[in-house]
Amino acid sequence: MPRLNAPADLEAVRQEILDSRNSARPGLTLCSGSACHATGSGKVSAAITEELEKQGLAAEVDFRRTGCHGFCEQGPIVVIYPEGTCYLKVKPDDIADIISETIKEKRVVERLLYVDPNSGKKEALEEEIPFYKYQQRLILGSNLKIDPKNLDDYLAVGGYQALVKTLFEMTPEQVVGEVKEAKLRGRGGAGFPSGMKWDFARQAPGEQKYVVVNCDEGDPGAYMDRSLMEGNPFAVLEGLMIGAYAIGASEGYVYVRQEYPLAVNNLEIAIRAAEEAGLLGSDILGSGFDFSVKVHRGAGAFICGEETSLLRSLEGKPGEPTSRPPFPAIKGLWGKPTNINNVETWTNIPLIINRGAAFFNSIGTEGSKGTKIFSLVGKVNNTGLVEVPMGASLRDIIFKIGGGVPGGKRFKAVQTGGPSGGCIPEHLLDTKVDFDELTRAGAMMGSGGMIVMDEDTCLVDLARYFLGFLSDESCGKCTPCREGIRQMLKILTDITKGLGREDDIDRLLELAEATRGASLCALGKTAPNPVLSTLRYFREEYQAHIREKRCPSLSCKALIAFQIDPVKCKGCGACLRQCPAAAITGEKKQVHLILQEKCTKCGACLEACPTAFGAVRKVSGEPVLEEVAEEV
Amino acid sequence: MDIGTIDRIIDKHNGEASALIQILLEIQSENKWLPKSALTRVSEKLAVPMSQIQHITTFYKTFSLVPKGRHEVHVCMGTACHVRGAERILDAVEEATGVQPGETDPDLNFSVETVNCLGCCALGPVMVVDGEYHGNVSPAETAEVLKSCACEDAYAKA
Repeated sequence: MPRLNAPADLEAVRQEILDSRNSARPGLTLCSGSACHATGSGKVSAAITEELEKQGLAAEVDFRRTGCHGFCEQGPIVVIYPEGTCYLKVKPDDIADIISETIKEKRVVERLLYVDPNSGKKEALEEEIPFYKYQQRLILGSNLKIDPKNLDDYLAVGGYQALVKTLFEMTPEQVVGEVKEAKLRGRGGAGFPSGMKWDFARQAPGEQKYVVVNCDEGDPGAYMDRSLMEGNPFAVLEGLMIGAYAIGASEGYVYVRQEYPLAVNNLEIAIRAAEEAGLLGSDILGSGFDFSVKVHRGAGAFICGEETSLLRSLEGKPGEPTSRPPFPAIKGLWGKPTNINNVETWTNIPLIINRGAAFFNSIGTEGSKGTKIFSLVGKVNNTGLVEVPMGASLRDIIFKIGGGVPGGKRFKAVQTGGPSGGCIPEHLLDTKVDFDELTRAGAMMGSGGMIVMDEDTCLVDLARYFLGFLSDESCGKCTPCREGIRQMLKILTDITKGLGREDDIDRLLELAEATRGASLCALGKTAPNPVLSTLRYFREEYQAHIREKRCPSLSCKALIAFQIDPVKCKGCGACLRQCPAAAITGEKKQVHLILQEKCTKCGACLEACPTAFGAVRKVSGEPVLEEVAEEV
Repeated sequence: MDIGTIDRIIDKHNGEASALIQILLEIQSENKWLPKSALTRVSEKLAVPMSQIQHITTFYKTFSLVPKGRHEVHVCMGTACHVRGAERILDAVEEATGVQPGETDPDLNFSVETVNCLGCCALGPVMVVDGEYHGNVSPAETAEVLKSCACEDAYAKA
């Protein structure tokens, strides 16, 4: 693309791109996000190129490798345009049929369609699949339409219009005003009003200021920032530039987690393309505004998602937090005023500028405006990224969009907010999801991870899991966090091992209080949340572990045993052959027995036992058979 | 690791001390681990004390100060994988390789690491072997994947 020197140049190029594209032309998009990559989207892509060539359609069909569509469990996903026919779990062998049937003959390939796990109904069109149907994809929507490596695609969906509006029609004060009026709250976790943060940085004295994108998405179970960065890096950059203009910064940094190589790759390509087009660099579009951006890869430290730690890490130092105030808006990167926002927050900015604060305000609840992307994962049928207006109910998200819990199991709880969040039980499923309601329910919004758990998940073990995570990730700088978490973890581990003591719950509460009150940064301050929320709603599970040495979910290894029901066992030997520990004895046609002292509780026997017999059982808190000698 | 490569990486970042983490990341991705000689070179060229480099390399999880095995196995222990049985996958990996998380066997066949979330939550439980993702794996499949790695090695040696 030639260098664009004025808004008119940009519009001319955009018009040229739109003119060259015919919406009636057949098109084929393939999801190429990390998850689809993992399920073989690379091979499918090669097959598509080859097959289009073979069937002589290479010049007639627009083939586009897009970012993440969000319906990750069903990847790789292929969508055929203009109809919008959606094919799931596509294999390279399916491509010939898709092209010859759907593209050439406009016939649907039935076997690749979405099948509703509950009703068995098939859906051909992407927009009719319940997973997509009930979402409002203001931010994620573009992911389905653009190749993240192609600036033309971004321009075709209206890219950089917000930047032009900002640079040529608005003063920095007006931009800050618009974001304030939109009541946008930070999507990274704390939910602080972004406009206020911008205003602090704008008013802070100093010539040199910085803007930073926080893409250190460390919360396990959350990956919307990865998808945005991989699938639509130009939008993140556009938001960042608008912010830079508003606060008076000329340099920006994008801090990306080391575990996200594809995000780094796509972002770097986007930066180069924007630089070549004159959409980054000096005198952007002839406005006199200069802006450059650098990518900084993280090196594996959860704490770097905390803003002061992230800034230390950007400076090339260990990512240890510092106390606030001074806030980064006053004294941030290299001591200069710095505005740092999360990926999703930045991506909301072009939307707010383009559509206006009033539009943004019309979506959501009183205290939380706009949409929020959640990563709906765990024990749920339709796993993936879900974008809904703030205020949608948990029940709608999990059951309407997510399709409920698989395998006929019972829903138990949903965990939101990552390691600092909490578990919400079944009776609160009608909670409206926004910043304030989730906090009231003892959880939090966090970055938007939503992990669904069924009856098989032990919540004491889940609390132990999160504390284990946090104990690993605590940087160790302040004692309350380092020691408080370690002691809580020790107690929880003991409880899950059946070594719990009667006063453990009181000690946990005491430690939680101290850790919450005295820690330096948000990691420690919120670390007790997993313990407190599970205690609040599932105290009886703790008590069963402590008093009866029983795990009601049959999950804690030390408290469960596998045993073979002598009445149901047919002596087929399936379990005996699968047992990796040689812990099962019994002759053919004789009742088998699990030797408890040898058993490693891997569960292979339970899976091996034919469903028709169903002889292997998992038990907890009841006596286990030690011997049998009956004949079948 | 030869000094030329290290110098080239340092020069790419204009020898700036603030790029220390980026430089170490690139050295590690070239060499799979950080030998002392490389760190000494970085320390001299950037005029950063060795103590600070030690602080960085031990603070961030990515860095390894010991050699890595031929095959790098990462088991995702994120929440979504956890509720779908990541613990059992890790057990199977330990069983198949004889290596504990964070360690490498003496013959440098396998390095096993746990990671907190790979962002592929829909595919949980996930294991990555030499950069290749294996989603929705069962303990039995895990063992098979690792066995085929070991077979390849035996084949290469023969």
